[in-house]
Amino acid sequence: MKQYIDKGKVDTRSGFGAGLAQAGREDSRIVALAADLKDSVKMGTFAKENPDRFFQCGIAEANMIGVAAGLAITGKIPFVGSFAEFVTGRVYDQIRQEIGYGQTNVKIASSHAGLTLGEDGATHQTMEDIALMRAIPGMVVINPCDYNQTKAATLAAAKYVGPVYLRFGRPSWPNFTDENEEFVIGKTYVMNEGNDVTLIATGHMVWEALQAAEILEKEGISAEVLDVATIKPLDEGTILASVLKTKAAVVAEEHNLPGGLGESISGLLAAKAPAPVEFINGGIGFGQSGKPAELLKAYGLDACHIAEAAHKAIGRSR
Amino acid sequence: MANIDHLTKISSQVRRDILRMVTAAASGHPGGSLSSTDILTALFTEVMDHDPKTWTRDAKGQDAFILSAGHLSPVYYSVLARSGYFPIQDLASFRQYGSKLQGHPSTEHRLNGIFQPSGSLGQGLSVGAGIALSKKMDGDDHCVYVLCGDGESEEGQIWEAAMFAPHHSLDNLIAMTDWNGQQIDGPISTITGIENLSEKWSAFGWNVIVAEGHDFESILQAFDLAKAAKGSGKPTMILFRTEMGHGVDFMAGTNEWHGKAPSKELCEKALAQLEETLGDY
Repeated sequence: MKQYIDKGKVDTRSGFGAGLAQAGREDSRIVALAADLKDSVKMGTFAKENPDRFFQCGIAEANMIGVAAGLAITGKIPFVGSFAEFVTGRVYDQIRQEIGYGQTNVKIASSHAGLTLGEDGATHQTMEDIALMRAIPGMVVINPCDYNQTKAATLAAAKYVGPVYLRFGRPSWPNFTDENEEFVIGKTYVMNEGNDVTLIATGHMVWEALQAAEILEKEGISAEVLDVATIKPLDEGTILASVLKTKAAVVAEEHNLPGGLGESISGLLAAKAPAPVEFINGGIGFGQSGKPAELLKAYGLDACHIAEAAHKAIGRSR
Repeated sequence: MANIDHLTKISSQVRRDILRMVTAAASGHPGGSLSSTDILTALFTEVMDHDPKTWTRDAKGQDAFILSAGHLSPVYYSVLARSGYFPIQDLASFRQYGSKLQGHPSTEHRLNGIFQPSGSLGQGLSVGAGIALSKKMDGDDHCVYVLCGDGESEEGQIWEAAMFAPHHSLDNLIAMTDWNGQQIDGPISTITGIENLSEKWSAFGWNVIVAEGHDFESILQAFDLAKAAKGSGKPTMILFRTEMGHGVDFMAGTNEWHGKAPSKELCEKALAQLEETLGDY
């Protein structure tokens, strides 16, 4: 089993910031729009290097989406950024009409997603954003797992022509993927090969799934770990091949059950390769204030819970 | 001065198109289409720098027009067709299954002349501001025109855009309000308070022009003033005083025909009041 090393904890949003800055250097069509959270979303470097391509929209996210659509149809490549809740739920209809139905080349940079937003609590802590964005026809949904992958995904999103929802987080988090790995939109990465169960994870939960695989290995269970960095379109081939081999799966995401990766995987498996699936997610309720680590533990979004779920899935499959 | 007689002829034909389209579809929005007919006729015929033959969605080298109040699709489609963007025969497919002429403007169905979908209200001014900003960045001297409804200004996003555009000195953005005083549930004055529109837009930092939306001289003069304001750093809002259902006696001045098609008999009664000047589609 491949061992992944934490090369130092760093927030995934900083990976976005580094990717945006690099994309901005490589392509003068790239512009960035903020709704008063420029530094939280890590647009600062881009803004400093490209003051004529950075636009502050103020606390007016709906207008920001429309302005971005106008910029996009005239040939610019806009990245709009704010907290995940405020660039999804708050502006769902604007995204649907101006970016989805209009098929405009807008990239939605969504920071502070999920429980690990932490102390601000449920008003800011969206656990529904993946569901909302998955539902929009033509929207690509990406949720990278660490700093390096978020940076690479940002560069890939900049080159891709079409609407992209790019989801990342606030907390410092292990950085463990190869910094030179190119990000391929639509690809699920096989992080570890195994035979007894498939641990399917996205975002921060990929690291937890890798830790769970180590726990399981000590218990004599061989777990395959998949990083579903692109939630939509789903890499059906890779996921099906894995579950057809292991015949049991756990899906882990920092998001609620309705409309999330778990339901997406369940739909795929029900249609093409029925197998027992256990779910690690935020459930069906709201989040609350707390430190990121204690919230993940309290809501069962960690390696121990993933390992327990793997036992259940294996038990149901045999 | 432009040929007012020519504009009057076009607008009469556009009104006939609107009535025939919504009657054939047995649905649609004739009221606001009729109130904004003269504004859009003048805009597309005399004001905008545009060429249907070289039109592309990126608006390069041309003026752009965004219909924020997407339910005014009948007048929009008619004016586009009469300007040469697509065959006038296509107007017969309005709201039909498989048509490019969707109930509200769509880019998915690739109708020539449509820059962006609209229908969910309050969003077009933001899109127009984005195009105007892009043109500024590119050194493209062309203008962006956006038509909003007056009821639409109840949407909060309109006022977000109202703050954004002057802040970014978008003096190449020329917005228009079809100020007919009616919305689907009744007179706007009975629904919610959008009074003092002129003062509101002025307070937000816009160059405000009030004009008569059924008087071509007034309409053209307003557009001249708006264009002259380029370089001032301020976007322009033209408040066009109009009458919902204008041009058809039983539709005029009431909200009744905001979103309802007339019967075939009533349509004939309406068409009898409007000269067929350019030939029906």
